[in-house]
Formats: sequence, C-alpha cells, structure tokens
Amino acid sequence: MNSDTINTPNSTSSNTTQEAILRAENVSVTYGSFQALRGVTLDIPKNQVVAFIGPSGCGKSTLIRCFNRLNDLIPGTKVGGKVTYQGVDIYGDKVDPVQVRRRIGMVFQKPNPFPKSIYDNIAFGAKINGYKKSEMDEIVERSLRQAALWEEVKDKLKESGLSLSGGQQQRLCIARTVAIEPDVVLMDEPASALDPISTRKVEELIQELKENYTIVIVTHNMQQATRVADLTAFFNAEAEEGGKRFGYLVEYNKTEAIFNNPKEEYTRQYVSGRFG
Amino acid sequence: MATTEDTIGRTKKINLTRSARTPFRSYFDFFMTFLTGAFTILTIVPLVALVWDVVRQGIDRLGIQSFTELPPPPGLEEGGFGNAILGTLITLGIAAAISVPFGVLAAIYLSEFGRGTRIAYGVKFATNVLAGIPAILAGLFAYTVVVLTTGGFSAFAGGVALSVVMIPIVVRATEEGLLLVPQEMRQAAVGVGATNFQSISRIVVPAALPSIATAVTLALARAGGEAAPLLFTALNNNFWSTDIWQPIATLPVLIYFYAIIPYEAQKEIAWAAALVLLGIILIVSISSRLLARQRL
Ligand SMILES: Nc1ncnc2c1ncn2[C@@H]1O[C@H](COP(=O)(O)OP(=O)(O)OP(=O)(O)O)[C@@H](O)[C@H]1O
Ligand SMILES: [Mg+2]
Repeated sequence: MNSDTINTPNSTSSNTTQEAILRAENVSVTYGSFQALRGVTLDIPKNQVVAFIGPSGCGKSTLIRCFNRLNDLIPGTKVGGKVTYQGVDIYGDKVDPVQVRRRIGMVFQKPNPFPKSIYDNIAFGAKINGYKKSEMDEIVERSLRQAALWEEVKDKLKESGLSLSGGQQQRLCIARTVAIEPDVVLMDEPASALDPISTRKVEELIQELKENYTIVIVTHNMQQATRVADLTAFFNAEAEEGGKRFGYLVEYNKTEAIFNNPKEEYTRQYVSGRFG
Repeated sequence: MATTEDTIGRTKKINLTRSARTPFRSYFDFFMTFLTGAFTILTIVPLVALVWDVVRQGIDRLGIQSFTELPPPPGLEEGGFGNAILGTLITLGIAAAISVPFGVLAAIYLSEFGRGTRIAYGVKFATNVLAGIPAILAGLFAYTVVVLTTGGFSAFAGGVALSVVMIPIVVRATEEGLLLVPQEMRQAAVGVGATNFQSISRIVVPAALPSIATAVTLALARAGGEAAPLLFTALNNNFWSTDIWQPIATLPVLIYFYAIIPYEAQKEIAWAAALVLLGIILIVSISSRLLARQRL
C-alpha cells in the first residue's frame, strides 16, 4: 500500500516516527445485502487519538466494530478487505477474535455496565483475562482512578453498577475497559449521553490515556474532535443509482487540517455546519 | 380561552376544558370505562369463589394430623394425608430435577446459539405443541416409557410424567427471560475479552436468573395440581413411601379418589387435601412473583 494516498495522514514531523498499530485496507462491510461501508483505507498510528466524524448512518460505528471483530456478533455481517493489527490480519483463519478483543477494547455509545457490583464490573474482565485474585483490589482502584470515578464510588464498591448515574456508568465502562490494559481503546460516541461536566472528565481521561493507549473515538461533537483528536477522519454517506446509500471515507488528516483547511468540499461544508 | 393565528392566518379558539368534548363522547367514555371495569371484576369472581369454597369446606378437617397421619381405612374417621403431601413433594422434586436442566439448557440454546436457525425453529415449534398436549397424554408417555420398561408404577414414573408437563413451560419462560437480557450486555462481555461460554455463563444467565426462577416455580405450580398424568404412573399408596421405585400417594390423586367414594370422612379429607394443595400452589406462585420482582 502506498502511504501517500489521500487516506493516510500527511507525514509531518511529529508523526513520522509513529508506526500504524491498526490499519484498514479497502474495508467494505455489508449487512445482509446492504452495503454500509465501501472501500475504506486508513492507518491508526500508535499512541494517537483518532476521531471519526460524519453524518448519521455513514458507517462510523460499523468501521469501529471491524477493529475488534464485534461485527461477528451481528448475524449476516460480512467484512471485506483487510484489517491488520500490528501487521496481523485480524480476520485471518487462525486468529481468535477473543484474543483480538483483549488487546483492542471498546467503550460503547450507550453505557452498558454488567448487572453486577461496581467492583465485579471491573473484576469480571480482569479475571477472565488472567489477572490474579490477589491483584484485584489494586486493579479495581487503579482503573477507577484512571476513569476519574474512584473518589465517587470508593465507599460503595459493593453496590450495583446500575445504581450509578448515566455519566458514572459510562466512566465505569471506561474503567472496565482500561482494567484489562488493552493496546487500543475504541470509543463509540462515549460522551453522547453525558452532561458537559462528565464529558469534560471523559475528554481529560482520553488525554491521559493517550500516553499508554491508542484511541479511536467516534463523535458527533466537532468541538470534542478538535479538543481531543490528533487526527480526524471524515466519513460521508452517498446514494448511488437506485437509491442505495453506502458510507465511505472522504478525508483523513491532522485534526487542524480537517477543520481549518480541508481538501474536500464535503468536509468543508460538514465542519462548518452547513450539512449533515 | 385564548386565540391564536395559525400559519395561514386563520384565528383559532383554544379550549382546554372538558366542555370541548361532545356529550356523546363523554357518556361513551364513561360507559366503556364502566364496562371494562365490570368485566375485570367478573374474571376474578371464579378465583375468589373457588378459594372461598375450598377454605370453607376444608378448614374444619385441617389439623396437625393432616400432615402427620395416614388416611383412615373406609369407615373410620381419624387420620390425615401426610403421605400424599410428601408424595407430591417427591414427585415434583423428581420432575424438577429432570425438567429444569433440560428446559434451561434448551432455552439457552434457543436464545444464545440457535437464534434464527432451522433447528431452533423446529424446537420452538415442538415445545409449543408439547405445551398444548393434554396432561393425560404426558402420563401415557411416561406409562409407556417408564412403567412398562421398569415393570411397575412408581414415583419416578410420576416424576417423568410431570416433567413432560413442566418442560415446555420452563423452556418458554426461560427463553423469554434470556431474550430480555439486552444485546448490549453480550457485546460488553465479549468486548472485554469473554468467550461465548463465559459471556453466557457469567453474565447472561445470572442476569436472567430471576426469570429462570419464575419459570421453574410457574411450571411447578402447574404440574403440582395435575392428577391425570399421575393416575397410571405414580398411582397411589395408602402408606408412607419414600422409595422412588414404588407407587406413591399424591394430593391430586388422593383428592380424585376420595371425592368419588361415598364415605363422609374421606370426602372431608379430600377437601382438606384440596386446601393444602391450594396452599402449596399459592406459596409457589407468590414466591415466583417475588423472585421475578428482584430484577436488577
Ligand atoms: N446491525 C445492522 N444491521 C443492518 N444494518 C445496519 C446494522 N447496523 C448498522 N446498519 C446500517 O449501516 C449503516 C451505517 O450504520 P452505522 O451504525 O455504522 O452508522 P453511524 O455512522 O455509526 O451512525 P450514527 O452516527 O447515527 O451512530 C446505516 O445505514 C445502518 O442502517
Ligand atoms: Mg454509531
């Protein structure tokens, strides 16, 4: 693959040393007979925050689910093209999706804590990933601190995760994801159900996590993208003859280039709020 | 009252009081509300009447001896039906031991692995048919499969017959409970690296546990009252028995036999036994409701 296509970020000073940890090559996704995403090629560099933006239904969630094979859970989904993680094709014959998901964690659009205690919400993933029982208290505290939730819940770890507020639940889900120390954290609109204060906390968290993790975040909030993302990918959906809509990648570049100096007309219109 | 102008400039009176309705609408409304209320009350009349009747007729004969003594021989007065209570609990226990693992595992297959497959469709159809089969045929089945092959009537055969009654109820209600567990829960479990088995055994099934408990108690309540499947499987026994390979007395069968013999004492015992049976089923049903309410 040629790294100078418009779909890869321009290599400039800070990025040149960063190798791609995740790479999508000509990825297309169909649900049954409906093609949701067509021909997406992009690189996710290590320890960077990449934002996916674009109008509703353009396939952002679909693409993000390809990165940890969560589409496997949706019957009738076919993924074409190639997705590699550190050079390994994650849809290869010998690849165990369970191992993929242990390295590439996910935070969902809707907070979805397990119907268990706050403590067990985090311990569940840690246990099945082979962390020792004796380390558990430490892991729970560390990940809750990372998710900026520790102070709020340290006295009620035995209470149900569902008793928390929506914003706290989402931070619990983030804690649960970072507890198993993945390489990549995929976040599908993690702040869409949160109030501005919780949103801020999540954004600060993303900045901190960046030190150790690579983050892909889907967002509808342009300011959020400019605040947290190093790189931004803009997707759009287009209707072809016969009215079928499919999503595709329009432009992928450094965040400030996407917002201040986009190459594509569609991008310019979208980021200036004129459509979508 | 206020006036506004709509988009094309017409003025419109706004009236939010009740007088805006036509009288016919109001009367019709009242009439329909009354009708639905009346019929709702009518549906609980049979239940109340039945409970009242059983309590009235059975309470006099009920006493500690009902639980501790054997039924009297014809012509005598004293005695109880402790053996039948014990027998009902034993046959239900056997039925649960068979139907719960079968039913729950089948439901897990239907909702977690087989969703949308032909096998699942076939199994679902079969359970629906099974649910509609008269209970006496469940007895006939156990008669052919167990009584004829083991060479005699037994508590075990009775348990098998009741398990056939219970299985479709357990499968259906458990499957419904599992389907109620949001898909996000499975995605979350798989998302933190759980295998399919871990996700089901550690997240999905525990989340559905209240519904599974409800399913089981519901099925127990239903099977506990059946006499027909027990008539030619567990048969009856005038003595205490805990041997699952021997015939055993049960409450419904005891009621059936004693209600049709012309001794007053036996009829009274039948009423008291009906009251105890009602009590058992009531306790089981109420606990199933309580379990169902304990959803997280
Ligand atoms: N499970 C599914 N089955 C069938 N079609 C689906 C499924 N999930 C998504 N789609 C379709 O694929 C297209 C892309 O959906 P996707 O959820 O990826 O969009 P999105 O960009 O995340 O939108 P949003 O911003 O609203 O979340 C849509 O047209 C949607 O209807
Ligand atoms: Mg989405």
